[in-house]
Amino acid sequence: MTDMSYAPTRTKSPTTKLVLRFILYILLGVFALFYLMPLFVMITTSLKSLDEIRTGDLVSLPREVTFDAWRTAWSGACTGIQCEGVRPYFLNSLLIAIPAVLISTIIGALNGYVVAQWKFKGANIFFALLLFGCFIPFQVVLLPMAIVLGKLGISGTIPGLIFVHVIYGLGFTTLFFRNYYVSIPSELTKAAKVDGAGFFRIFWSIFLPLSLPIIVVSVIWQFTQIWNDFLFGVSFSQAGTQPVTVALNNIVNSTTGVKEYNVDMAAAIIAALPTLLVYVVAGKYFIRGLTAGSVKG
Amino acid sequence: MSPILEVKNLYKNYGATEVLKDINVSIEKGDFLVLVGPSGCGKSTLLNCIAGLEPITGGDMFIGGQNMTNVSPKDRDIAMVFQSYALYPTMTVAKNITFGMKVRGIDQATQDAKLKHVSTQLQIEPLLHRKPGQLSGGQRQRVAMGRALVRDPKLFLFDEPLSNLDAKLRVEMRTEIKALHQRLGASMVYVTHDQIEAMTLATKIVVMKGGIIQQIGTPAEIYNRPANLFVADFMGSPAMNLIPAKTKANGKGMQIEIARKDAGPIVLTDKRNTDLPENVIIGVRPEDIVDTALARTDDTQQADCLIDIVEPAGADTFAVMQLGGKHVTARLHAETTAAAGTVQRLAFDLGKVSYFEPETGLRLN
Repeated sequence: MTDMSYAPTRTKSPTTKLVLRFILYILLGVFALFYLMPLFVMITTSLKSLDEIRTGDLVSLPREVTFDAWRTAWSGACTGIQCEGVRPYFLNSLLIAIPAVLISTIIGALNGYVVAQWKFKGANIFFALLLFGCFIPFQVVLLPMAIVLGKLGISGTIPGLIFVHVIYGLGFTTLFFRNYYVSIPSELTKAAKVDGAGFFRIFWSIFLPLSLPIIVVSVIWQFTQIWNDFLFGVSFSQAGTQPVTVALNNIVNSTTGVKEYNVDMAAAIIAALPTLLVYVVAGKYFIRGLTAGSVKG
Repeated sequence: MSPILEVKNLYKNYGATEVLKDINVSIEKGDFLVLVGPSGCGKSTLLNCIAGLEPITGGDMFIGGQNMTNVSPKDRDIAMVFQSYALYPTMTVAKNITFGMKVRGIDQATQDAKLKHVSTQLQIEPLLHRKPGQLSGGQRQRVAMGRALVRDPKLFLFDEPLSNLDAKLRVEMRTEIKALHQRLGASMVYVTHDQIEAMTLATKIVVMKGGIIQQIGTPAEIYNRPANLFVADFMGSPAMNLIPAKTKANGKGMQIEIARKDAGPIVLTDKRNTDLPENVIIGVRPEDIVDTALARTDDTQQADCLIDIVEPAGADTFAVMQLGGKHVTARLHAETTAAAGTVQRLAFDLGKVSYFEPETGLRLN
C-alpha cells in the first residue's frame, strides 16, 4: 500500500487518495485519543472506589460504578479545616463570574462602540493603552491592586474580586467589540444621527442588535478567564470568599493520610464543568463571532 | 424669500490639511444642486458639513434662513441618502423608514399614515416586512429614498446614491430621482463624480477640484461656457477637445492656426471673438466637429483631417485625429465614410468655441 503512495506518477490515483485519507484519519484519531486520555482517566477514576484505585489499573474501566466520590467532592471534602466540599466555593465562583462577565461585556461593548464609531481626539492612543493592559502580566498588578482594593474597602470580598476581573477583562472585551464595530460602516451612525438618534439610542437600537456573535465571544472568553482564574482568586480572597479553583487546590493539597484520588478527580471535573458547558452551548457562535469581523455580512 | 441653503465662506481643515477653501454656495427652494468633481475634491466632505456630520473650521451655514452652523444634524431639518444606503440591518424595511419618527416621538397613527404614503409612492409595499439583507441593490436604494422622503425635510442630501448600482439600474433610478424632484418640488443637494448624472439631474451645478469651487452654473452654462480648462475637460463625454493654437487678428476677425500632422496648419477664422493673446488653447466640443454634410450654421469652416481611429458608438461614430499635438475627437454621422488612415473633410463650428489662457487655464472669451 505504501508503495503506491510513493509511485512516481504525477497525478494521484483514486487509490492513493484513499490511502492518504486513511492515514490522515488514523493520525487524527490517535491525536484525539491522546488528548482525551486525561479526561477519560479523570472520569473513570472519579467513579471508582478507593480500593479499586489502589488495586486496579489507571486506565481500566471501573468494575463497580460509584458516585460516592462525587458526593464527597461536592459537599464533604475538606479544604483545610472546613469539610463542606466544593459547593460553597462553586457558588462563590458563580457570584464572581456572572456579574464580572456581564459588567465587563457591557462596558467593553460601550468602549468598543465609542472607539470604533465616535472617534474622539486621542481615541487611537486610548485604545492602544487599553490593549496594552491586556498584556500586563497578572503578577505585576497584584500589589497595586491589593492597595486599591484596601482603599476602596472591598479587599477580601466578592465585590472586590468582581472589580478586579472587570478591570482586567476590559482590555479584551473592548478589543473584541472595537474590532467588530469597526467593520460596521460609519454611514450607519451618520444615518441614525440625521434620523435624530443620540449616542445611546444608536447603540441600543442599531449596534446592540447586531452584536450577538461578538457578545457570545466576549462572554465565553471572559467566563473562561474568570472561572479558571487562580492567582487573583488566591490573592484577593479570604476564608469564605474563595473561588472554586482555590478550593480545588486546597482539597487536593491539604488532605492528610490517604490521597483520595477519586474525590480529587470528581472535584476537578466539577470545577471545570461550567466552562465546558459554556463551550458546548455557545461554541457555534464563538467560531462565528471570531470570524465575523473578517467576513462582510 | 431667503435661500433654502446658503453656505458662506466655509473652510474645513483636517489638522493642517485644508480640504475645503472658501466655499460660497446658495440655492433657492426647489433647486437641484449637484456637487461634482473627481474623487478627493471635497464634495462629499462639503455635503457632510451641510448635514452637520462634520464640524466646519470656518464660515457660516444657513438652512431655511436659520443659522445652522453649530446645530446638530437632527435639528437641521434635513434628510440624507447615503452611498451604501446605510439601512439599519436588523430592522425591517418598515422600521427603517419609521425609525426617525419613532426617535422623535411621533404618534403611531401618523407614523403609519406616512409610511403608507411613502411606500405607495416608491412602490415598496411588498417589501415592508423584509430585512435589508433580503433586498436587491435597487430595492435598498428605494428604501433609503423612502427613509428620506418620509421626513419631508427642508433639504434633501444625496451622497452618490447611484454609484453602487449597475449601469442599467443607475439610469432608471436617475430618471426616477428627477421625476421625484419635479413632483415634490423639493430642494436637493446631490453629490456625484459622474458628470452625466450632474448634467441630467441638476438645475445648478457646482464643479469642485482640490477643495475649491471651479465653477457654479446651470448645466448649460457649465457645458457651453466652462470657466477653466479643468471644467472644460471634466464635463462632457467624450471630453471637450482642448487644442493649442496660435491666433492673430486678420481684419475679418481672429485667425486661428492649428498645427496639423503631415500638412500645413489648419486656418480658421472666428469672426466674433477679438483681442485674444497669441497663444491660446481652443476648446471645441466633439459635436462641433462634424461631417461636412451635417454642418448647419454659418460659422462652420472646413478643413481636411487625417483620421487615426474610428470608433462607432451606434448613434454616432467618433473619429480621433491629431491636431496641435493632441488627440482630437470629432462626432460624425453613424454612416460616415470616414475610415482610419484616410483624409476626411470636416466642418468646424466655431459658434460655441471656448478660448483658454494656456498658463492659468482660465477662460478668455
